[in-house]
Amino acid sequence: MSTATDLNRPAAPPAFQEINASRRFKNRLATILVAGTFVLALAPLVWLLITVIAKGFQYVLNADWWQKSLAGLTSRQFGGGVYHAIVGTLLQGLICAVIAVPIAVMVAVYLVEYGKRSRLAKAVTFTVDILSGVPSIVAALFIYALCITTLGMPRSAFAVSLALVLLMIPVVVRTTEELLKIVPDELREAAYALGVPKWKTIVKIVIPTAMSGIITGITLAIARVMGETAPVLVLVGYTTFINYDPFGGSMASLPLLMTSERLTTNEVGEARVWGAAVTLILIITVFNLLGSLISRLTSLKTK
Amino acid sequence: MSDSDTVGRPGAPGLARGPRGGAAPDTAPEAPISTPQGSGGSPVQPPKVITRPGDKIFKALTVGSGVFVVAMIALIGIFLLIQAIPSLADNQANFLFGRDWDADPQGGLAFGVLDLLLVTVFSAVFALIIAMPISLGIALFLTQYAPRRLARPFAYLVDLLAAVPSIIYGLWGAYVLAPALSPISTWLNEHLGFIPLFATGTSNLAIGQTIFTAGIVLAVMLLPIITAISREVFDRTPPMQIEGALALGATKWEVVRTTVLPFGRAGYISASMLGLGRALGETIAVLIILSSTTSHFGFSLFDGGDTIASKIARAAQEFNDPRGAGAYIAAGLVLFVLTFVVNAFARSIISGHKEYE
Repeated sequence: MSTATDLNRPAAPPAFQEINASRRFKNRLATILVAGTFVLALAPLVWLLITVIAKGFQYVLNADWWQKSLAGLTSRQFGGGVYHAIVGTLLQGLICAVIAVPIAVMVAVYLVEYGKRSRLAKAVTFTVDILSGVPSIVAALFIYALCITTLGMPRSAFAVSLALVLLMIPVVVRTTEELLKIVPDELREAAYALGVPKWKTIVKIVIPTAMSGIITGITLAIARVMGETAPVLVLVGYTTFINYDPFGGSMASLPLLMTSERLTTNEVGEARVWGAAVTLILIITVFNLLGSLISRLTSLKTK
Repeated sequence: MSDSDTVGRPGAPGLARGPRGGAAPDTAPEAPISTPQGSGGSPVQPPKVITRPGDKIFKALTVGSGVFVVAMIALIGIFLLIQAIPSLADNQANFLFGRDWDADPQGGLAFGVLDLLLVTVFSAVFALIIAMPISLGIALFLTQYAPRRLARPFAYLVDLLAAVPSIIYGLWGAYVLAPALSPISTWLNEHLGFIPLFATGTSNLAIGQTIFTAGIVLAVMLLPIITAISREVFDRTPPMQIEGALALGATKWEVVRTTVLPFGRAGYISASMLGLGRALGETIAVLIILSSTTSHFGFSLFDGGDTIASKIARAAQEFNDPRGAGAYIAAGLVLFVLTFVVNAFARSIISGHKEYE
């Protein structure tokens, strides 16, 4: 102890104390672990995308892939395309949307504008929650039990669309409900003050205000249901031919094509499966991009 | 919320619940504006109620849609039950406790759901055990650790995991991940094989069509689901609490441990339960990955087998006979009830917490 150090020492101990080593270590460890989980989650995503692209991208570069079906080709012949499956996927997705969207939007309107805290509204909210957790295979079995065994309809793409409706409604209700909730009350009150009836206020003021978000939600929901496999497996037969008729006979779709061609254990089958996988991912990406594009183009101009 | 009552319009029906936007003109223009005359002593006449047909029709439509959705859930249960009953009546085995599945309509029906149910629950729980800590980490990273500017794009990347169709997960799991996991599973089997969990199962480890592989793929599929909801809840931690902890000299981790985690615990558990519901019902990925087997499930990760969903999907193309299909519909009913209970439980956890709204 020299006098010099004594002089340099502050009169009072500093208010801030060093964090001790064990706390510092724990903090650092937690940071590393937390960041590590994020990296760990991205690994499968990257791995999966690279796999699919490496295995299937070469096949979708061919123009025939997008324009021809697999009709007339045996399981040993390369060539042809998945046009028939693309048509099926889009058709089933669109029919589903046409049925599901009006119902879902009306349900959301009910929840936000009319129901509020009534008992029915609670029941509806609960049901939507449960419906969003219903496995797709159960939805498919329900439509099978309803349409095919009970009503005697043949298996068809329309039945698939009905099953998809069950899966789509909760998604669209959720997004629409959230969006309607954030429409400012002032807009409604202004409309009421002008003597506009409530229904017209909703149709002309509330929904248009939320429209861009609703459309985005719908596109995302369509993208999601188009990748569903269980309903097509149960409710429609596979065909290599192009079929535009949702009520008649078998219709291919990309997931169904993949599950069917997967059983062809040779290079041709592999090409078709992974090519279809790339195609499905591309279509889903396009729909997702479309969704954000629409929301950007149609969003309300804010000063 | 009962503005419409205070305004004094006894004729306004069904508005007591207070719709959004306060007093809605279900009726004629607002009456009380003219009340100044009332000071003269004459009582205010209630305005004549005008019911507009548009309003009535529109409301009926929305209520109808709501009722339709509620009815839908009931219909699912009822229809599955109706279709299952004849086959259950013909069933020669115990449905709930039988372990063999024979739904061939030519022979006598003898199907028991127990083995399928065990594989379903076992693989889903295994997936959940892997996914829970990882999703917790991701949710914390995105809400507390990641730089503000990057949090959104990072979250978008995690959400992309949810956009990948399950069939593509299945293909990837079966043809890419399964062979890659084979050294790990072989090692586990050789060194820890005395534990029943890692005992030699019914599936070939070199090919890897095991519950182990399926569970890991399911876990990846659960990540975005659990993360999304946990993230939302963690984001709502009151900043006052976080700042309070910081002011007391807590490190980042201590802040998380003392404020974010206690606040978000219920939401996180609820999110995990929703994930469990999803894992229980996952069909096509499991169908592609798991090898089918006729032997009983032995509680090993290296078993093959079928979940309820994959069993149904495997047989789906041959649903021609109502009796045979009925057996699968009965299994589907079990799955429906199971996911219903899990989901209802998950929602009940989160709805008990008003601070999340």
